[in-house]
Amino acid sequence: MRVLNHDEASADVGPPAPPDAPRESQRRRERRQALRSRLDIRLSPYLFVAPYFVLFGVFGLFPVLFTFWISLHDWGLLAGNQGFIGLDNYTFLAGDAKFWRALVNTLGIFVIAVVPQLVIALLLADTLNRRIRWRGFFRVGVIIPYVTSIAAMAVIFGQLFGRDFGLINYTLDFLGLGTVDWPNERFASWVAIAAMIDWRWTGFNTLIYLAAMQAIPRDLFEAAALDGASRMRQFWQITIPMVRPTIMFTVIIATIGQMQLFTEPVIFGRGYEGGTQGQFQTVAMLMFQEAMDYQNFGYGAAIAWVIFLLIVLLALINVLFISRIRSAD
Amino acid sequence: MPEMTTMPTSTDAPQRSAPRGGTPIRPLQRRRTWGVSPVREAGPLTYIALTFAVLLFIFPLYWMFVVATRGNAAIAQRPPAIAPGGEFAENVARTLENEQANFALGLMNSAIVASVTAVSVVLFCSLAGFALAKLRFTGRNAITLGVILTMMVPVQMAVVPMLIMMDAFDWRGDLKAVILPFMCTGFGVFMMRQYALQGVPTELLESARLDGCSTIRTFWSVVLPALRPAMVVLGLLTFMQNWNEFIWPIAVLGPDNPTVQVSINQLNRGYTTDFALMFTGATFATLPLLLVFVLFGRQLIGGIMEGAIKG
Repeated sequence: MRVLNHDEASADVGPPAPPDAPRESQRRRERRQALRSRLDIRLSPYLFVAPYFVLFGVFGLFPVLFTFWISLHDWGLLAGNQGFIGLDNYTFLAGDAKFWRALVNTLGIFVIAVVPQLVIALLLADTLNRRIRWRGFFRVGVIIPYVTSIAAMAVIFGQLFGRDFGLINYTLDFLGLGTVDWPNERFASWVAIAAMIDWRWTGFNTLIYLAAMQAIPRDLFEAAALDGASRMRQFWQITIPMVRPTIMFTVIIATIGQMQLFTEPVIFGRGYEGGTQGQFQTVAMLMFQEAMDYQNFGYGAAIAWVIFLLIVLLALINVLFISRIRSAD
Repeated sequence: MPEMTTMPTSTDAPQRSAPRGGTPIRPLQRRRTWGVSPVREAGPLTYIALTFAVLLFIFPLYWMFVVATRGNAAIAQRPPAIAPGGEFAENVARTLENEQANFALGLMNSAIVASVTAVSVVLFCSLAGFALAKLRFTGRNAITLGVILTMMVPVQMAVVPMLIMMDAFDWRGDLKAVILPFMCTGFGVFMMRQYALQGVPTELLESARLDGCSTIRTFWSVVLPALRPAMVVLGLLTFMQNWNEFIWPIAVLGPDNPTVQVSINQLNRGYTTDFALMFTGATFATLPLLLVFVLFGRQLIGGIMEGAIKG
């Protein structure tokens, strides 16, 4: 900068001479540099966040809105758009027994999967939060299911829950408890699918809860212990209230995931029908079956849009429910 | 696993070196060893419960390996076989030869898709996360909120319009169709932002600016090295997620150019059940993930737990 001032001063005094050209160009270069630097500071942030928003716009927002548009049309895979039909797809859906069955299946599997999963994860996290040996080993042990291929493990579980040669039935029979027709009985098939989901996600949630528990000030437990509170009491009165925000977080994540449940039941039932009677067909499977097998894009899109709305609705209910419990305390 | 056990005490780190300066060490030690309370001590029941849980978690994987190393007879054998057999090579050959499944191609495709998306997600999300955490610009808070909201949108359900789009681009059966939509995720942007808030020292950014670094240069030589731990975790999570992606590859790729999940679905669709084949295929699909876990498991566990606190 000092150099620049000096140059300017001399340029005022001295006669215009050949050295003026390089000076002029240098000044221009510096001005350009300053401009570039200002542009850089102004624009860079937007350029940096642009890739996400461009990608989300093209492959996220647009498809989601387009889904709604398609759902208002009679639209086939090969036939293409056959014209606007208003809410016909939705009125048909409201009267479609297959849809209601799929919805009940999805919610049923959701409940019997998520409740035990989170309860067991809380208990496991509590045990891992004690002074314990081989802590690293146990942590690795609980997270291993999370690092497997979902479809591959659904194949394994499909065999374990097989009616005739499944190991689970063998064990039940061996213990004298009789066998269960896992794939064909409605509730039993839900249990089998819930078992696959829980096998994979319990350990993951355990680590999340463990992290939250480790953030609880230990003095709280010490004070409670000195006051004679049992371990059970400490769990209910200290641990659970302190990790409640984390529990809410996991419930919402589980809700979003479970409403889209697809891979496990598809592999378990070897197709999109969800068993011989559709006893474990989820809404995502029904959407896929309508769109891909029956090539009914309009109706498939209507189901997809209902799934979006359900997820938003359930997430809201979760938030309201949990904040209500909190205010009741 | 020293990294993990230090996590809860990481805030004590500066204090831990204090004793060298002569400060009393007592209270600190007490805190780190869970104080005087015997209540938090683990009893034998705890170990039995934990061991049982871990056995349950590992058993299906072990069973997969047992059947994959034996013939189909192992399935019906009573009492069940519990030790691995010697037919693994034969099963592998049979699985690779299976024309419906196209396993070799599926494995290669999955490796490409998962790696490319992992690298790209890490780069783009670091860029955006850094901007949202450390740069000042109009609309920053609104944009951050936008990321959080869009994160919740279950885009996987938009199969129908995506298929129509892919037909328009002529991307059906093309790996581009399963890579491009996943090259940057809202979850990743948010995660990197959370990490960059604390992990990237503002003084470093300022001194880089004074040295005349452009923003992108600063990002490359100052921010990226500081973000590395979070990048590893995000890369791993993304790799696993895209390796496991099922509904979209089945819809858009189909059996001719499959990912490994599509290959498994192909084996699973026939009317006859060749369990040795299916279990070997499952082993194929699982081993790469387990390998990644062996290499980076510690970071992954640390990352999941850290994310839980910050998120």
